Amino acid sequence: MPATTTDKKQIRIATRNCGFIDPESIDDYIAIRGYEALAKALTMTPAEVVELIKTSGLRGRGGGGFPTGVKWGIALGNQADQKYIVCNADEGDPGAFMDRAVLEGDPHSVVEAMAIGGYAIGATIGTVYIRAEYPLAIKRLRKAIDDARTYGLLGKNIFGSGFDFDIELKYGAGAFVCGEETALIRSMEGKRGEPVTKPPFPAQSGYWEKPTIVNNVETFANVPAIVLKGADWFSSIGTATSKGTKVFALAGKIVNVGLIEVPMGITLREVIFEIGGGCPDGKKFKAVQTGGPSGGALSYKDLDVAIDYESLIARKSMMGSGGMVVMDEDDCMVSVAKFFLDFTMDETCGKCTPCRIGSKRLYEILDKITKGKGTKADLPRLKSLCDNIKDTALCGLGQTMPNPILSTMDTFANEYEAHINEKKCPAHVCTAMLTYTIDPAKCTGCTLCTKVCPVECITGTKKQPHTIDATKCIKCGACYDKCKFDSIIKQ
Amino acid sequence: MSTIRNIDELKAKRQEILARKAAGNGKTIINVSLATCSIAAGGRAALEAMQDEVAQNGLTGVEFMQSGCMTYCYAEPTVEITLPGKAPVVFGGVDEGRARELVTEYVMKGEPVEGIIPVNYERVVL
Repeated sequence: MPATTTDKKQIRIATRNCGFIDPESIDDYIAIRGYEALAKALTMTPAEVVELIKTSGLRGRGGGGFPTGVKWGIALGNQADQKYIVCNADEGDPGAFMDRAVLEGDPHSVVEAMAIGGYAIGATIGTVYIRAEYPLAIKRLRKAIDDARTYGLLGKNIFGSGFDFDIELKYGAGAFVCGEETALIRSMEGKRGEPVTKPPFPAQSGYWEKPTIVNNVETFANVPAIVLKGADWFSSIGTATSKGTKVFALAGKIVNVGLIEVPMGITLREVIFEIGGGCPDGKKFKAVQTGGPSGGALSYKDLDVAIDYESLIARKSMMGSGGMVVMDEDDCMVSVAKFFLDFTMDETCGKCTPCRIGSKRLYEILDKITKGKGTKADLPRLKSLCDNIKDTALCGLGQTMPNPILSTMDTFANEYEAHINEKKCPAHVCTAMLTYTIDPAKCTGCTLCTKVCPVECITGTKKQPHTIDATKCIKCGACYDKCKFDSIIKQ
Repeated sequence: MSTIRNIDELKAKRQEILARKAAGNGKTIINVSLATCSIAAGGRAALEAMQDEVAQNGLTGVEFMQSGCMTYCYAEPTVEITLPGKAPVVFGGVDEGRARELVTEYVMKGEPVEGIIPVNYERVVL
């Protein structure tokens, strides 16, 4: 069992009920004051609810960090015969799963918050856009909606207030771009999931050209707590610009892999070492990718940075939805950047040229560098292409796609240079640049390596030091893994 | 189920539920984390092993419940056990063997079992 500190670094607001209540029991939720926040909100005016959320300082937890109350206020101010509130449950960042955890563990919080949001902006219909790959979340959410209807907590004249509200589900097919709100709305309308230029913002003209508010699952999960405990309580947690907590999914080279919910302003050191327990096998911590493919790498140099929306952007990363992929000394940062570009290259919708062609070209340059074919001209080319894409891409996906490259080029410039100038991968990850040799002082001539080598390029007499024929070696590493005497040198 | 028409009825409903839960006081509650990932890690097998062990030992004061993610991916499957009058304790790495041991040792005798996960968060209660 890995060591965990008993020092309470975490505060659970959005995940306050996950793991504590039966998500399929509305009574379990009512027992912990469920739907009281909705009842309370319905005694206030919509403008008062908007003001409360504004004062709390709650910002969008899906990544962008736009103030939720301000967004609601815009929709409230726009007159229309029909408005919509949408829950964005199209969680797609590699390594992020907090929205699924909330929907599977506490679906009523989201249902209740959507009703509160609907009341605040004047929407009578809520839609959850959820990816079809989350069948259990869908099942529990459906049950929550059905039970809330049975109790009259969704439907006509809720709590006798005259407010009507109901929720429907729309399934996403798993396209990453559909997490972008304008693409999400088009997908909901049955069109191809492609973003459109803003303005008009969805709060002015969204779903079926009506004022529409799109909020993330985790954002919603905070709302009932704010309504019942007050804006001052919520804004007492966090930093000057970022209030409350953030849920992160800690993954990768970390001992305590899991979901954590920490106050904004916590340092990376506390997250990685005190909560996460550091890297396994005593390896050295190297970096953490925040914000998934839209974010960047924070390095060991950033350990004492207080994490909030602004500090991450200042480091060419972003909050994103909260994936934190931890990397240790054995990870190559150029390969990491290439991995994320491979993802965005697949997921670009293809509508705008900078994103469609740019992602492909960025990937090609990175691929060339990791194969030992990079030239000095590649670095400035990579940088200027990144800057161009950032400035010209249509939506958030394209605009943030260069972040993994820009942030690693900044902090790990030496790794890029080693790949290009010395044709070496310092972390020994890029196979094209590896060489395997045998240390004659350590080799006992046991012949084990000759038996596992798939191309039979290791030769030697029994009980005499062996040698590897570098011209035949395919760098598979089988001999390195098999040798009991550490005599194979990987460089 | 009847419709809740105003906040007073909601509060009355809450009291009714709390009273019903209080009637179950004195029972041991075994809460198994059953999110997608917990199920994939063997949560359902842990639940079935414990249900079987409870039945085999003829225990009547044990109630099972399911919940969502307990947040400890590194220690799945995870199970929270609340003995009557005691604070809830979360156990990690509950394979079938440990699941049975939890019933025979912790539930039946109150003996500690390996795999306790310390509480490292403050839960906001509304």
